[in-house]
Amino acid sequence: MAYADVREYTHLTDEEVEAIGRELDEIRAEVEASRGQADRDYVLRIIALQRRLAAAGRITLFASLFPPAWLLGTALLSSAKILENMEIGHNTMHGQWDWMNDPEVHSSSWEWDTTQPAEQWKHSHNYIHHQFTNVLGHDNDVGYGILRMSRDQKWTPYNLGQPVYNALLALFFEYGVALHDLDIEAIRKGEKDPKLLKRQLKQIGDKIGKQALKDYVVYPALTGPAFLSTLTANITSNLVRNVWAYMIIFCGHFPDGAVHFTEEELEDETRAEWYLRQMLGSANFEGGKFLHIMSGQLGYQIEHHLFPDLPSNRYAEISVKVKDICRRYGIPYTTGPLHKQYGQTLRTIMKLSLPNRRTKDNPAPPAPRTRRLRDDERPGRRHELGRWTNAAATS
Amino acid sequence: MADSLIERSTVLRRVRAVGKAFTTPLHPDDYLKLINPLWSARELRGRVERVEQVTDRSATLVIKPGWGWSFDFQPGQYIGIGVEIEGRFHWRSYSLSSAPVRSEGTVAITVKAMPEGFLSEHLVNGLAPGTIVRLESPQGDFVLPDPPPAKMLFVVGGSGITPVMSMLRTLDRRGSVPDVFLAYSAVDEDDMMFLDELRELAAKHDRFTFHERFTDRDGFLTPDRLGDVCHDWAERETWACGPQPMLDALVEHFERLGREDELHVERFSLGATETDAEGGTITFGDTGKSVEVDGATTLLEAGEQAGVNMLFGCRMGICHTCDVPLLSGRVKDLRSGDEHTEGEYVQTCISVAATDCTLKI
Repeated sequence: MAYADVREYTHLTDEEVEAIGRELDEIRAEVEASRGQADRDYVLRIIALQRRLAAAGRITLFASLFPPAWLLGTALLSSAKILENMEIGHNTMHGQWDWMNDPEVHSSSWEWDTTQPAEQWKHSHNYIHHQFTNVLGHDNDVGYGILRMSRDQKWTPYNLGQPVYNALLALFFEYGVALHDLDIEAIRKGEKDPKLLKRQLKQIGDKIGKQALKDYVVYPALTGPAFLSTLTANITSNLVRNVWAYMIIFCGHFPDGAVHFTEEELEDETRAEWYLRQMLGSANFEGGKFLHIMSGQLGYQIEHHLFPDLPSNRYAEISVKVKDICRRYGIPYTTGPLHKQYGQTLRTIMKLSLPNRRTKDNPAPPAPRTRRLRDDERPGRRHELGRWTNAAATS
Repeated sequence: MADSLIERSTVLRRVRAVGKAFTTPLHPDDYLKLINPLWSARELRGRVERVEQVTDRSATLVIKPGWGWSFDFQPGQYIGIGVEIEGRFHWRSYSLSSAPVRSEGTVAITVKAMPEGFLSEHLVNGLAPGTIVRLESPQGDFVLPDPPPAKMLFVVGGSGITPVMSMLRTLDRRGSVPDVFLAYSAVDEDDMMFLDELRELAAKHDRFTFHERFTDRDGFLTPDRLGDVCHDWAERETWACGPQPMLDALVEHFERLGREDELHVERFSLGATETDAEGGTITFGDTGKSVEVDGATTLLEAGEQAGVNMLFGCRMGICHTCDVPLLSGRVKDLRSGDEHTEGEYVQTCISVAATDCTLKI
């Protein structure tokens, strides 16, 4: 079930919604005012750790003909890639560290260790996904254009293959992400500017080339007789990172309790309603400090979606306050252990490979649905959506 | 602007390109700097070697630059320096006070602690030797010509002596000081920077005349009284650096006499801070485009008006897609009310011009 109005869904009055908005603004202001040396020390420590792990992994793999060294090197390299993508790259490109005014740790210059060019990621993720979170037809992260993740998305026989597509997406996640900003749907409809497409494809091709050269040619060749074992170690590291990143990201918006919205929600949405949509559309998972660091603090997905550009090391303390707001206003705060959250996500993927009439909806709180507006009643689309093209929101 | 050593050397550039294949998307320097913080040419860096007290309110920072630094700057130029305070980098420009000499391996800037100048105060009193700072290449056209003209006049007020010091030290090192007249004003003897060194230079070189002026005692040196202290001032090419009103008066005086081509001015201090953004002319880096806007038009809107292809995303200050570095001038963040100055990255979708400014696009 996708919802047309976040305020009605939560049964809150306008005043209550605005009061929640004010409280969240205050949390933001407090964290902004207290960012300082300790936060900088944290991110520099993580960056130094990540680079040492990567160097140690590469060096260990010179002995990759020796199986324990293969295993250790692969583990070190996988950890380095995971840390770089999750806690460092993703968060830096969100602008979480821009306040330091450090040109070497800044959203405008960061390039991450994966095949998606940073420039395209900042558009498809920071803008499209974070602005239009969970709005069907607007947020390409709802199933990545490959999977049907909501009962309000149209079923076609293509969806019968979801269990297979899902496994492939998990294994080759970095390539799925690399193509994310192309807008496959627009290409299919012939609406995509060919010049832009060409530029994007070239940028992706260049990045994939450099990444592949490094992991699949340069380092294996450097280890000489261990070429093949270093190659398999590097391939394995990339696969491990892919599966891990896939799982963490799919736990962010698809466990039971995280809701989707229809296009109507965007109409006249206030800043406070935007906050509410982020809280209701996201799901956390529980775990220790290590798990949170290795997942780029995305176990605090709700907090991340409320404040995508506040430093990730602060999400834990912010979560205490957000939970309290949810409790006081009776708003659901979706969380659970990682295995449970992923289990629910996987169940949804399997279930929605079938048409709605073959499966039962997950239990969800009842909510009123507003009458759908006729086309002539809708306001025009926001002009700054630019090259993004509309898709039928619901069926 | 002088290219860094790495940009000029083909061999080094090739080595670096090969190294990058191993470390992409990072630079080899990102790993090397873990061993030694100066082993990185991604950004110019330096280590503070010494902090030497000059007067009660000023100090000279002697800095050893790291990889990528070029010593062939011109005397009189300034550098950008980025200093970390409480986790955040603050950038300012200061004239180099040292002569461009490679053998010593260091450069020096001299900083005067300004009232309410939070960064200058920190530089004078809070910077420990060993601190790593970021640097920006020397730039500016307030420089000593090579060869220098036969007759020169320096009109200097307060900390405006620093670029002139670099020029005088360069002339002294070369041992060929032309006919130089320095008229230097400070509040009193304690406030005058490099007083002893200047007196020594005057004693050493016959053709170097040093006019000390203490404004507490002697009053300001106004342009119309220049002839009283330096009778042949009208025959000298002139370099002036000091407080805004002094420079304005000089510029006006030289223009009136039709001699503006013989006056070189370095304005090292910003005007007073306005509380409300006034707008201004925004120049967009390499595009050659510029547009005049009011204080309510965001930099992003201004760019679109000017037909500049600017990256943008949410247009509400969330996504940071639109961030660009500010090259000059000041902008105001509409959300926080904070002002940003040159060297900082700004969110163009929520920032407006507080003065004329230039963005790096």
